[in-house]
Amino acid sequence: MAEIFGIPVPLLLGQLMLGLMNGAFYAMLSLGLAVIFGLMDEVNFAHGAFFMMGAMFAWMGGQYFHLGFWWMLLLAPLAVGLFGLLVERLMLRRLRGMDPIYGLLLTFGLTLLIEGLFRTFFGVAGSPYNPPALLGGTLNLGFMYLPTYYVFAMAASLAACFGTWFLIERTKLGSYLRAGTENPALVQAFGINFPLLVMLTFAFGSALAGLAGVLAAPIIQVSPLMGSNLIIVVFAIVVIGGMGSVMGAIVSGLALGVIEGLTKVFYAPISSTVVFILMALVLTVRPAGLFGKEK
Amino acid sequence: MKFKRLTMALSLTLGLAALAQAQAKEPVKIGFITDLSGVYSAVDGPGGAAAIKMAIHDFGGSVLGRKITMVDFDHQNKADLAAAKAKEFFSRDGVDMLIGGTNSGTALAMAPIASQFKKPFFVVGAGASSIVGKQCKPYTVMYAYNTTALARGTASAVIKHGGKSWYFLTADYAFGKSLESEGAKVVDADGGKVLGQALAPLGASNFSSYLLQAQASGAQVLGLANAGGDATNAIKQANQFGVTKSMKLAGLLLFITDIHSVGLPAAQGLYLTTPWYWNQSAKSRAWAERYLKQTKVIPTFLQAGDYSATLTYLNAVKAAGTTDGAKVMAELRGMKVNDMFMHNGTMRASGLMIHDMYLMQVKTPAQSTGAWDYYTRVQTIPGNEAFGPEASYGCSL
Repeated sequence: MAEIFGIPVPLLLGQLMLGLMNGAFYAMLSLGLAVIFGLMDEVNFAHGAFFMMGAMFAWMGGQYFHLGFWWMLLLAPLAVGLFGLLVERLMLRRLRGMDPIYGLLLTFGLTLLIEGLFRTFFGVAGSPYNPPALLGGTLNLGFMYLPTYYVFAMAASLAACFGTWFLIERTKLGSYLRAGTENPALVQAFGINFPLLVMLTFAFGSALAGLAGVLAAPIIQVSPLMGSNLIIVVFAIVVIGGMGSVMGAIVSGLALGVIEGLTKVFYAPISSTVVFILMALVLTVRPAGLFGKEK
Repeated sequence: MKFKRLTMALSLTLGLAALAQAQAKEPVKIGFITDLSGVYSAVDGPGGAAAIKMAIHDFGGSVLGRKITMVDFDHQNKADLAAAKAKEFFSRDGVDMLIGGTNSGTALAMAPIASQFKKPFFVVGAGASSIVGKQCKPYTVMYAYNTTALARGTASAVIKHGGKSWYFLTADYAFGKSLESEGAKVVDADGGKVLGQALAPLGASNFSSYLLQAQASGAQVLGLANAGGDATNAIKQANQFGVTKSMKLAGLLLFITDIHSVGLPAAQGLYLTTPWYWNQSAKSRAWAERYLKQTKVIPTFLQAGDYSATLTYLNAVKAAGTTDGAKVMAELRGMKVNDMFMHNGTMRASGLMIHDMYLMQVKTPAQSTGAWDYYTRVQTIPGNEAFGPEASYGCSL
């Protein structure tokens, strides 16, 4: 077996592959956070709960309404987006102009509430959620066997990421958004309904988390706590990428996934903390993050 | 005014009398602390509680003229939570005997508390051998199985069939580590070799990166030193990632519900060691069918163990004529247990119940003739051989 630094090549490639896979999820989640933060200066702590809701909805759709994966891939993000929309309209909007800490507290409280509710009804046990039959097989990549679903999930996450990037950086709607990030008052003076824009942005960010949840459901077990296990890492990634930077979120999400995977090969015990070590390093050198702008 | 005072005095006296009477008829309370909602809840959990209730019912509902009741609690796999609740059970709720469910970390935390309150503590769900080894306590009874017996049964069978080099996928806490080290001992002793191990947190759910490491090690056997949901996820993913194409799987602790959830196509041919199988005798079959009717699932050996432990305790209380912990323990030490769960079970000084274990092989889909017909018995391992010599445990009792 060929080796690099004493590590068998198939193992290295395999871990890179899985790292990229995790990275795609990190990217999608941190992207949702970044979009919301960019426009609203709001740290959405409920993002992990939205992710969990996406997965739980997918599972519930199958369990109670016999709706398959493909239906839920469409419906669950819509439902989570709608929920996000209500959260913004009914609660977060009232905190506009106040210290961001209030928004953080509100969304943190929401997380506890949502998770608590799901725990009461479904327990903390994970429920398996099977990938659709079409993607149930396994691919032989030569250096490893990879379940077909993993390839699909990775492709779908990357497509969602770059779709979002395109929407924000290359379309007219995106230009309103970016302008709003710079100077909301001026944008409003040009006759753009800024509160509506904010509301839709929040809904979009939430839907992105919901989509990530549905895509992750067949890979990790669906459980009410799946979001809180992930959200801290995702926050670290957003900080590394630069708060509010779309490209930063995507690039650092993917990169961190890969770095985590490689750490598992070379020194497994720190694989779960390597993200935070990097965050500390980045913050000492570039306090605004890799892609962030100092305000 | 006078009248008021009189009624007060009267009601106070009546109240006290009622209280005294209630105390005389205070029920015999059995506590059950286990994972009721997490990764281990399917193999013990609510099904274990149902089994205990069945035992109380079958015993007649009362002993020494006192009603028998049960209280349960979900420890969520947290040792501190389990210990705090055990203390509360004994000091506030008047629990007479505690059954410890799954998760060795929680059992190790509850054992000293039971001994401090001098109450019998039946460990059914937890498997770490140290519970009756270095950390043994005078009021602990390890009833159903332990990691030593599992490893000795399964690992030596797999080595005998040619699986010499091993890689362990281990649950990262007391039980997993205990199972791995017991397994490694057997592998070394039988001329095999351990090439490495990966520690995965309890409830990791995605084992892909650990499985890649196992695959790259070039070992012939992947030893699963985990249990419940972790074991089934690992087996399913080992199939998905093609690990089973180059390695044989050996589950060191597998329950019949695990085999059911993995399915025979993926699980066929696996060796496993178990103290009990629903189809092992007429008695066990009859009981399992009753249980199945009630809960819609076939009982695991833990749930059967919960039932048997409850009956054994109640028999000991009846024979001793008291619920006094020390006297009940003395009674237990002299007892020979014969029921649907074990044949001629006896207790060692350390509290370890010695009974036969069975080496089983999972049937192929073609061999299985009906629902839950999953195992073929390969060998009966006599109790003393399965659990190993008393001296090897290092218990000071």
